[in-house]
Amino acid sequence: MTDTSTLSETGTPSKGASHLSRYFYKSPLSRGYGLLSPTLLLMTLGIVVPVCILLVMSFWTRQGFGFDTTFTTANYVKAFDQPIYMALMKRSLYVSAWATISTVLLAYPMAYYVAFHVHKNKMMWIVLMTLPFWTSYLLRVFAWKVVLGYEGVINSFLMGMGVIDAPLEFLLYSPTAVIVTLTHAWAAFAILPMYVSLEKIDKSLLEAATDLGDGPIWRFIRITLPLSMPGIISASFLIFIPTTGDYITPALLGGPDGMMIGNLIQLQFGAVNNWPMGASLSIILMLFIASIGLVFLFLTKLARERIS
Amino acid sequence: MRNDVSYIKRPNRPLQVYAIIFLIVLYTPVLFLPLFSFNDSIYVRFPLKGFTIQWYFELWERAQVWNSLMNSIKVGICVSIASTGLGIFAAKALTNYRLPGRPSIIGFIMLPLVVPGIIFGVALLVLLSQMGVPLSLYTVAIGHMIVCLPFSIATLLPRFEGFDRSIEEASADLGENAWWTFWRVTFPVVYPGVVASLLLSFTISFDEFIMAFFLSGTEPTLPMYIWGQLRFPQEFPSILALSSIILFVSFLLVFIGQWINRDDAYGK
Amino acid sequence: MTMTNKDAFISIQNVDKYFGKFQAIDKISMDIGHGEFFSLLGSSGCGKTTLLRMLAGFETPTNGEIYIDGQPMSEVPPHYRPVNMVFQSYAIFPHLNVRDNIAYGLRKQRLSKMKKYEMVDEMLDLIKLPEYGDRKAHELSGGQRQRIALARALILKPKVLLLDEPLGALDKQLREQMQLELRALQRTVGITFVFVTHDQEEALTLSDRIAVMSGGTVLQTDTPTGLYEMPQNREVAAFIGTMNFFEAMVDRVEGDTLVLDAKGLGKVSTTKGQRTTTKGDRFELAIRPEKLKISDTKPTTGACVEGTLENAAYLGERSHYYVRVDGQDTPVAVSAQNQKRVISSDQNAHSVWLTWDDDALVLLNDA
Repeated sequence: MTDTSTLSETGTPSKGASHLSRYFYKSPLSRGYGLLSPTLLLMTLGIVVPVCILLVMSFWTRQGFGFDTTFTTANYVKAFDQPIYMALMKRSLYVSAWATISTVLLAYPMAYYVAFHVHKNKMMWIVLMTLPFWTSYLLRVFAWKVVLGYEGVINSFLMGMGVIDAPLEFLLYSPTAVIVTLTHAWAAFAILPMYVSLEKIDKSLLEAATDLGDGPIWRFIRITLPLSMPGIISASFLIFIPTTGDYITPALLGGPDGMMIGNLIQLQFGAVNNWPMGASLSIILMLFIASIGLVFLFLTKLARERIS
Repeated sequence: MRNDVSYIKRPNRPLQVYAIIFLIVLYTPVLFLPLFSFNDSIYVRFPLKGFTIQWYFELWERAQVWNSLMNSIKVGICVSIASTGLGIFAAKALTNYRLPGRPSIIGFIMLPLVVPGIIFGVALLVLLSQMGVPLSLYTVAIGHMIVCLPFSIATLLPRFEGFDRSIEEASADLGENAWWTFWRVTFPVVYPGVVASLLLSFTISFDEFIMAFFLSGTEPTLPMYIWGQLRFPQEFPSILALSSIILFVSFLLVFIGQWINRDDAYGK
Repeated sequence: MTMTNKDAFISIQNVDKYFGKFQAIDKISMDIGHGEFFSLLGSSGCGKTTLLRMLAGFETPTNGEIYIDGQPMSEVPPHYRPVNMVFQSYAIFPHLNVRDNIAYGLRKQRLSKMKKYEMVDEMLDLIKLPEYGDRKAHELSGGQRQRIALARALILKPKVLLLDEPLGALDKQLREQMQLELRALQRTVGITFVFVTHDQEEALTLSDRIAVMSGGTVLQTDTPTGLYEMPQNREVAAFIGTMNFFEAMVDRVEGDTLVLDAKGLGKVSTTKGQRTTTKGDRFELAIRPEKLKISDTKPTTGACVEGTLENAAYLGERSHYYVRVDGQDTPVAVSAQNQKRVISSDQNAHSVWLTWDDDALVLLNDA
């Protein structure tokens, strides 16, 4: 060990190091963006460019089997003038809002339970709670069709028991069926952000609140709930936004009364074959989502500021 | 029993009951699919008629099922490898370098998590048709990449953030270049995340319907095949059988992924 | 480029480092000799860790150049540098056992398995952890991790070992033991150690020389005794140990002796040294608490000043006294060894006398 004259192999800088690698060594930022560039490229080509084309197309009109590419706002005018479009938009927002509220209300106690009362196998609980979310959305909705159907699980079960004589028709093909299914489908996803923000709460704060005279209910209202607000807001955001554009659930379970804006967009690209109209409706949906997203961002900021 | 947990952590019986009911309700609707897939009746209703596995045999003999299964597997494997690969690069870039604009970059990448799939689906469809690209499994794979990449990055990012950055510096200090440092230090430490990302993105792609709906050409993926069959009530039992298999495999893959990637994977 | 100093093994020349607009290092130049135990001492944010990381290659200087063994380093990435580092967190690879951690850097040397095994065993003996080769990283205590981090770096026979606050995470007793071992280890291997710490006692105990840093600059580089006994400016004097400061004005110059009028001390004399100074120049005068003597009666010889004992703290082997003197806002601190048994410490304010030797006074440069 005392022989310090022995140079380690690492002692000599490689003469072969190219200019490029030297540049990358000197500039960490270029290395960082270099690693990120494939992802950014894919996201740009897969999201930004298509949405731009969609925006352009929304100002075109259909002409036979092709497009009239003269710039016009006709589609937008039509979307706001004819009641059917805005009615479906309103119904989409209404259905998502109820689905969001019921999901958050039902999932919050679950997140609370795992965050505060599960001490062993916490990970197991989290995996169990979120597992269904990762599996086929289509199949989960299909499962609800089986449950709620005219001759489905509930109706045939109730009839078999003699509780009802004829199938309950409101179960299937109604906005309620859509709300129930959406709630169930997104519950697993809603738990995660709420669990994370509940888990982050310093337990000594709760002990302090108790020490200062709060019982369990006041402690919850004054400490736990406000501190977990960011989680509640982001859970609402993560459910509300994607569900407004959903079309599988209304298509399978909504019936004519449960149709949503997503179905209409899909129709424009399918049976109706009016792509420019579909593009306009997509853009309108995006604008709605963006404005609601901004409200959520603002609320999150407000909640965060109150906490820290 | 009285003093073994602190006041705050004392068990809450009603909440516990609620939690168990919640889990049961979460899983019950899905469990009706396998239940009825073994029912000896083409009607999906109570009372159950009798046990049969004929619907599974029927599936076995359908060429269309095998075709769409292979299509889904092909797309799933390509997408999971590509999105995990890109995800590793991105997660490394986002954790190792103090990049200006990091929050907006993450926000941008995570967009497909919140924006309804139908918007990106139709947008891609419009772009591809304007470019004259014919719809095929390749276009489905592109759509799935956009859906899966945010999940891959969201899975990998905590892994990359979770370990002490100085162990990579230590490796460089001990004479390893970036390539060897990645394989000798970074990869072994983040590999649970990589496995989870592979399994998760495969499952998501395998189950994905919306992008496939807009972007597939003449070769359907498995969910597209199921969607097509839903119109025919007489096909219900075999679709139930197929769904049961898909659900079982999905649950298994995701469970394995999540379990490997659990927080205490490296006995802390 | 200027040639490096011939004796200097590491030569840091006019190095600046900016992080965006923030300047972490401000024109630092210093030389570190071969086989020296050199410490960078300063509070957090003073730039000491940045300087160390520039030696290791994890940061590149914005301006200036660092030479190690005569070679300019700014184009050389960390994995080609003849230096190795012990990280603050130790950076033990969590997925490898102790043996594989220590052998990590040997890959490029293409040694036989046996040879590697022997080298690792040799290192395990050196760090006094034989039999620990098969332990997992998470089964190790803080002290053990620290030793393994040392072994992992030393097995590569670096020209310089860089240590980033390696003892910071250990408890007091273990830290003192590791200080002794570290010093002994450095003598054994004989290579240059560059050691970063915020603990002045640790720096004094271990180092051949210390550079005291603040705000990205070096305030003073000196031996431990030099820094403690002859600090050049107020910041160094205050950072290392406790110090009493007095404002002073030159009264007259008598050959090599300088007579000053010090606020709170009266007329004092000290050696002039290299300074050129005239009557009326202002200086700051400093004296260590333990170099003041305290007594109840007026001493018969030497310079002295009368004051009021405001506060006394009994610390067992020694006592600290705080004495208010005229013309000083803060009480003067005095530290005296309790050579006789203390029956009861007198807490009441009463008159005391302070005396000192002339050569205990330090004249600071930045008045």
